[in-house]
Amino acid sequence: MKISFPKLVLFINAVIPLVLLLWDLYRKQVGPNPLEFATRTTGMLTLVFLSLTVAITPLRQIFGFNSLVKFRRMLGLFAFFYGSLHLLTYVWFDRLFNLVSVATDVVQRPFILLGMTAFLLMLPLAITSTNKMVKRLGGKRWARLHRLVYLAAIAGVVHFWMLVKSDIRLPLTFAFIILFLLGYRVLVKYFPSDVKVS
Amino acid sequence: MAENIKGDKITDQQTYLNRRNFMRAAAVAGTATATTLLYRRLNPPPPVPVEGQKLNEVVRAANDANGFTTNEKLTAIEAITNYNNFYEFDTTKDGVASAAKGFVTRPWAVAVEGLVHKPRFFDIDELLKFPLEERVYRLRCVEGWSMVIPWIGFPLHKLLERVEPTSQARYVAFQTLLDPARMPNQQTGVLDWPYVEGLRLDEAMHPLTILATGLYGETLPPQNGAPVRLVVPWKYGFKSIKSVVKITLVASEPPTTWNIQAPYEYGFHSNVNPNVSHPRWSQATERRIGEYGRRNTPLFNGYAEQVAHLYQGMDLVQNF
Repeated sequence: MKISFPKLVLFINAVIPLVLLLWDLYRKQVGPNPLEFATRTTGMLTLVFLSLTVAITPLRQIFGFNSLVKFRRMLGLFAFFYGSLHLLTYVWFDRLFNLVSVATDVVQRPFILLGMTAFLLMLPLAITSTNKMVKRLGGKRWARLHRLVYLAAIAGVVHFWMLVKSDIRLPLTFAFIILFLLGYRVLVKYFPSDVKVS
Repeated sequence: MAENIKGDKITDQQTYLNRRNFMRAAAVAGTATATTLLYRRLNPPPPVPVEGQKLNEVVRAANDANGFTTNEKLTAIEAITNYNNFYEFDTTKDGVASAAKGFVTRPWAVAVEGLVHKPRFFDIDELLKFPLEERVYRLRCVEGWSMVIPWIGFPLHKLLERVEPTSQARYVAFQTLLDPARMPNQQTGVLDWPYVEGLRLDEAMHPLTILATGLYGETLPPQNGAPVRLVVPWKYGFKSIKSVVKITLVASEPPTTWNIQAPYEYGFHSNVNPNVSHPRWSQATERRIGEYGRRNTPLFNGYAEQVAHLYQGMDLVQNF
C-alpha cells in the first residue's frame, strides 16, 4: 500500500502524542498520579480527534477545502485508537482487568456508562472504515451508519463534563466545538438557503 | 513554451528530487515540532522542590491505638507537595505547587472569635509554640484518591480551650485567607470566595482533629495550606480547610463552600463513607497515590473506633 505524503505527515503528527506520553511515563515526568495522567491525556486526545473528524465537513462546505476529506478516515481511526487506549488504561490500571468490577462500575457511575457508550458507538465505525466495507454497505447506508459519530462525540463530551467537580472550562470548550460543528449541520439541513455554501 | 527554455535552465532531475525531499523533510519537522509544543501544554509542570524550615521538639505518637499514627506506608513527599486541591491557586492538582510558590505567610494571624469568653488573635509564631505532635493520618479525597501524610500540629481543642467557648457555642466555622493578589485564582469565580468550612463543636474538640503547621518534619509548604490548616482525618479532604485566618464559634450550622457549590453532592458532614455514593461516582474504593489498582475505603476512613460514637443514631445517608 502506498500512502500519500500529506497523509504520512498527518499520521506522524497523530502518533507524536502517544510517543511523548510513553516517553514521559518511562522517565516518570507525569506527576504523582501517572495512571490518572495517562487516562486523562488519552481521553483528551480522543476528543481532539473526534472534533477534527467532525470538523471536515463544515470546513469543506464553508471554505471549500474539499481535499480535506481524504484525511477524515485517518482522523476518525485515530479517535478510535486513542479511545481504545483510554478504555485500556481504565480497564488495566483502574480495574486490573477485573471485568466484573468494570460492569459494576458502569452501572454505578453514569459517566463511565457514557464513556463506554461513546466507545461502543465508535466500534462499528472503525470496523466499517475500509473501502471494501463502504462498497459492501453501499454509500448511502454507510454514510447513515457513520452519523453515529455525532452521538459518540456528544457522549464523549458529557462523559468528560460529568467527572469535573467545578472548573468546567475544558469540557465547556469541547462542548462548544462539538455544538458548533454539529449545529452547523442542523442549520444546513433545515435552513439550507440561509447558510452560504460555497 | 518548453522549447524556449535553455537546457542549462532546466533543473535536473536529481536536484529536483533533492529539493522535493528537502521540502518534505521540512514539512515533517515543522509540523512535528508544532504538535510536540502543543502536546507539551498538557503536561504537568515539573515538580516544585520543598523549601520548609525544620520544626523542632516534635512529639511522635507512641502507638496507633488512638488513631494518632499508622504503620501504613507514607506517601512520598514529592506526591504530597505536587498533587493538591487548592482552588485558590489553581484548579488542576499538578498546577497548585508552582502557582503557590512564593506565597507570603508572614505576618499571619488567626482570629478566634464568636461565642467565646476570650476572643483574640493568635500570631503564627504563637501557634508554632503549642506543643507540636506528629500525626500520621490517612487523607481521603472526595474524588477517590488517598494518601498517608505525616502531619505536624496540635489538637484544635487546645486552641479552643484558650478562648473558652460559651455554653451557646455548638459549631465552629473556619475561613481561608481572602486576598486575590496573593491567591490569584480567587480572581475567578470558580468557587464562592473566601473558602469556608465548619464542624460541630464535638467534632472540633475531638483529639484527632488538629491544626497542622507542618508535614514531614518541616513547616507546611504553601500548596498544602501554609502556614496553618485544619486536618480532620475521618472526613473527605475538602473539610480540612487550608491557610486559615478566622475561626468563629457559632450557635447554628455554618455555611460550607462545597455545600454551597453543589448541595446535593457535598453535605455538611462529609464523613468518609464507602456506602454513600457521590451522585456521580461510588465512594467504595480509592486509589492510594503511588499504588496500582484501587483499595477498599473503610468507614470513617478507618477511624470508626475513634469517632463512630459521635454519630450514634444518626442517619448517615440522610446526613451525608
